[in-house]
Amino acid sequence: MSTLLAIQGLSAGWGGCPVLTGIDLELNTGEVLGLLGPNGAGKSTLLRAMAEDLAPLAGSLAFDGRPLADWPPAQRARRVAYLPQASTLAFPFTVHEVVMLGRLPHDAGRRADDALVAAALAWTDTTHLAGRLYTLLSGGEQQRVQLARVLCQLLHRAPEEPLDGRLLLLDEPSAALDLRHQQLLADTVRDLAARGCSVVLSLHDLNLLSSLADRLLVLADGRCRAIDTPAALLTREFLGELFGTGLAVQPHPLKGYPLVFPDA
Amino acid sequence: MPLGPRELAAGLAAALAGDFTDPAATIVAQLRLPRTLLAASMGAVLALCGAVSQGLFRNPLADPSLIGVTGGATLGAAAAMALGAAALPALPVLTVVSLGAFAGGVAAVLLVYRLATDSTGTSVATMLLAGIAITALAGALVSLFEFYADNTLLRRISLWKMGGLETGSRPEVLLALAVTAVLCVALPRHGSALNALLLGESEAAHLGIRVGRLKAILVAWIALGVGVSVALAGTIAFVGLVVPHVVRLAIGPDHRYLLPGSALAGAVLLLMADTAARLLAPPAEIPVGILTALVGVPFFLSLLRQRARFGMVAA
Repeated sequence: MSTLLAIQGLSAGWGGCPVLTGIDLELNTGEVLGLLGPNGAGKSTLLRAMAEDLAPLAGSLAFDGRPLADWPPAQRARRVAYLPQASTLAFPFTVHEVVMLGRLPHDAGRRADDALVAAALAWTDTTHLAGRLYTLLSGGEQQRVQLARVLCQLLHRAPEEPLDGRLLLLDEPSAALDLRHQQLLADTVRDLAARGCSVVLSLHDLNLLSSLADRLLVLADGRCRAIDTPAALLTREFLGELFGTGLAVQPHPLKGYPLVFPDA
Repeated sequence: MPLGPRELAAGLAAALAGDFTDPAATIVAQLRLPRTLLAASMGAVLALCGAVSQGLFRNPLADPSLIGVTGGATLGAAAAMALGAAALPALPVLTVVSLGAFAGGVAAVLLVYRLATDSTGTSVATMLLAGIAITALAGALVSLFEFYADNTLLRRISLWKMGGLETGSRPEVLLALAVTAVLCVALPRHGSALNALLLGESEAAHLGIRVGRLKAILVAWIALGVGVSVALAGTIAFVGLVVPHVVRLAIGPDHRYLLPGSALAGAVLLLMADTAARLLAPPAEIPVGILTALVGVPFFLSLLRQRARFGMVAA
């Protein structure tokens, strides 16, 4: 398995003041990495550094063997897509138009673009919203539309193509989603990863994270506390100390991955 | 002198053929045609620059005057008038006042752009606030000129501030047409990038847009367009704000269609406004800037009240 994104000694933050320090990570092709940590631990900052939204204060990020900052923006955009925590779009584009913006870095042609947009709409259950105005949708619908835009940005020519060498960065993608759409998101992420796409996502829903992630990177106070499989990390002792609250952990009755409950 | 449609057509044909025996031909060639072309081209430029500013600021209520162009240009023009433009011979293409206006407008935008730029990039929100501050400063300085001005100068400054298209000399019209042509070609090329910018600057960057470069280019084009329009026609209110807004309500926010649509609608609107300005109280002419504001404001306010119906949400 090859390394897609290599991070060494990364410090990142705003106005010269680091929020994150000393992060090392090797992300593999087709791996799903979950970011876990309390509020303010640096999850979003790490995602933004991976998306080159934020220049590193120290350390290096290499994407596919080449420093991230050296990638021409348009080339990078065809392989790295990033969904921020919150999006503000105050202009009345239709849902179809918003998702089509994800095709900007590509020149696959009108017919391919239409097919890829249709696939992204289907994956996020937004096909029936295609003609609606984005500004009039609910928060959860808007989040699914933004997710569709980011998904169709990663596709090159065909909805079912192999996705090796592509990186999907999702910051709290399920925050506004209902249960059904959380499961749909999880299915989509698993499918993309099975086709070779690497995914890094932050989620506050530990059980969704546990069911999805190959590995978890645990952040606390801007440092990497641990990086390992969900089974190794999601223990009562570790989580209780990390979040400073009492928790209980039990294996999923059918699938076996750890489930986390409040113990009160 | 009123000309009927038939005389107008005959005059235009004669003028184009180079035959000036008919007085109608002279009227058309010397007065009507330059003025018509100036009105249409300035309307197109103002509406186009307005549409681009609204995209750049991700705010459907933005206006080119927000980034200081209009204020700076007014100050430049007032300074040129006060410091004895009349004493200087008119320059071949532009009068000293027009040059002052253009220089003032561009200087104000450069200042605003510098104020809003630091090592992390250019903040559009800071640019807006700096633009408001620079506009206020320019307004105060214009008032200072007005305070020390004699009656003739005071009237010149205030008339100029009202905007007008009556000075359409041939070189001015050619300059206006050239700038309009350049902007109509250059700005719509950024239509897709502006669409991406509406998602947010960071989102646009993740879609492969070089956002810093895009902002600098767009601000430069706006400064050129609005600077030239203020230099040639004074301040014409509301065209840059209302026209793109109305066109967006009609055909949607996609800049690939919004930009050409706004240019066309702006040309038509200002041409109609200028015609009304000439005809409402003959032989006097109401300054066209007053007319666009008088008609534009109520129209705009009614749009504001109804915009939720078109999917526009209050920011």
